[in-house]
Amino acid sequence: MIDPLVHARGLHKVFGELIAVDGIDFEVRPGEAFGFLGPNGAGKSSTMKMIGAVSPRTGGSLSVLGRDPDELGQEIRARLGVIPQEDNLDLELTVYENLLIYGRYFGMSRKVINERIDELLVFAQLDERRNSRVEPLSGGMKRRLTIARGLINTPELLLLDEPTTGLDPQARHLLWDRLYRLKQEGVTLIITTHYMDEAEQLCDRLVIMDKGQIVAEGSPRELIEQHSRREVLELRFPVGTQQEYATKLKGMAARTEVLPDRVLLYTDDADRTADEIHGAGITAESTVSRRSTLEDVFLRLTGRTLVD
Amino acid sequence: MALVHSGRVVEASARVYRRTWRGSVISTFFNPVLYLLGMGVSLGRLVDEGTGSAALDIPYLTFLAPGLLAATAMMTGAGDASWPVMAGIKWRKTYDAILSTPVTVRELVMGHLAWVGVRLLFVTVVYSGVMTVFGATTVLEGALAIPPAILTGLGFAAIVTAYTARLKNELGLSSLFRFGVMPLFLFSGTFFPISQLPSWIQPIAYATPLYHGVSLCRGLALGVEFEVNPAVSVAYLVALLAVGTILAARLMRRRLIA
Ligand SMILES: Nc1ncnc2c1ncn2[C@@H]1O[C@H](COP(=O)(O)OP(=O)(O)O)[C@@H](O)[C@H]1O
Ligand SMILES: [Mg+2]
Repeated sequence: MIDPLVHARGLHKVFGELIAVDGIDFEVRPGEAFGFLGPNGAGKSSTMKMIGAVSPRTGGSLSVLGRDPDELGQEIRARLGVIPQEDNLDLELTVYENLLIYGRYFGMSRKVINERIDELLVFAQLDERRNSRVEPLSGGMKRRLTIARGLINTPELLLLDEPTTGLDPQARHLLWDRLYRLKQEGVTLIITTHYMDEAEQLCDRLVIMDKGQIVAEGSPRELIEQHSRREVLELRFPVGTQQEYATKLKGMAARTEVLPDRVLLYTDDADRTADEIHGAGITAESTVSRRSTLEDVFLRLTGRTLVD
Repeated sequence: MALVHSGRVVEASARVYRRTWRGSVISTFFNPVLYLLGMGVSLGRLVDEGTGSAALDIPYLTFLAPGLLAATAMMTGAGDASWPVMAGIKWRKTYDAILSTPVTVRELVMGHLAWVGVRLLFVTVVYSGVMTVFGATTVLEGALAIPPAILTGLGFAAIVTAYTARLKNELGLSSLFRFGVMPLFLFSGTFFPISQLPSWIQPIAYATPLYHGVSLCRGLALGVEFEVNPAVSVAYLVALLAVGTILAARLMRRRLIA
């Protein structure tokens, strides 16, 4: 079996009184896209910073590229690409200059950097913006530049902390496409996200994090199969009556979940369940049937929604 | 390796400066000229014709110019170690970007201070030239005053970097300038000999780092006797730089490596 690129056992991170990461175990294998899915405050960024060898762990063991970040942080960072949650580009500089100075931090020669920049600008679809200042660029362009910058040293492992948060749908799809290409080129990706669609699109395997702990692990499909039913029927009832209706609906589906504004029924065949409910004389204000997603898995495991 | 990494930080800062120098050119170059014109020439005429001449025994402009050289270096050093550092830490988070590469916190801090050193070299060379044009010093003596001015600026840059590394927001920066840097600027023997101060304040003035920078610059630029033993002044400023650098590296690590 190939050694994992990242290997964590009982990994802990404590800030003063606050336990940000509470003893997590995971492994990331070469070539895979591995995800941390969880709501804000779950401890995803804290975990990424420990993997990125910029934040020392409080406890547990961690190996990145076969090294201990506490001892060989510099060597590890030389071989990583890091895309932080917030863009931290030099806004006064041009697109080209941002890439150039970053390459220089990795000790690359100008010649090698320039060749690499040519490739990366095409990859990030920024070649026409090469000499533009960064400040006025759109959010999506800045994000792509941050990703290109993270790739300047041809890293073996790319850490992406919420790569598409705050972007419009079009910009997100473009980014997903670029990340998908990287994956096909064999770059190992670690991605954090609180979007279940992003996790489903990009991740071969993921862990669901909540309050510093891992609550489930698997491929998106496995997680849905293990923790949810195939389909979901969403029923909306008049405000304040969701609980009352949920009681009436008991037994009509494998599981019911009551949210403030709707009732979710987990079932293998949403249309049939809808017919049965109708037959029992219960009418909802609106009815939506859909496939189960990681959001449903998260709800099942934690009792809360991912994005509120 | 450490030197190479710090050198890269200098390189990057120079690039940013190339794009932004216009914004700082007024405070860097025109302010000293304005001070020399406004205070040195105009106020100087009053002083020289009045009772001031007895206390100084040199023209006021000549007295003022080297002091302003040291004070300008302090302003530059403190300025470059405040808002730009806060931007790196908090507003732009560019320091986080740098620390994701093989560059370490210590190398970052050393590179930052080295860059401030380069800036101080520009500023003091230009200023020393202006002094010469105003007839306050000769080319050679003006050049001699440059190293102590840079040392003064660097000492301030180091200690102010350490201070900024602990700040949560920019309020602390305005207080620093209002209650720290400005009083030093006014009362460290730049504009008048500290013997003019009330006797109980004089020991405080002696203890300020700027006073030692002023004493060194004035002694060298004018070829007059130093107000304080120059060895003491150099030792003081070197100590300020050393302690400031160590503190800056330590506090910056505490701030950036959570
Ligand atoms: N530098 C820090 N100092 C103190 N608390 C922190 C720090 N970084 C993160 N935290 C806290 O740790 C918890 C987890 O944060 P984070 O790892 O950023 O979660 P996520 O990325 O999943 O939103 C949060 O409660 C956050 O406020
Ligand atoms: Mg986060």
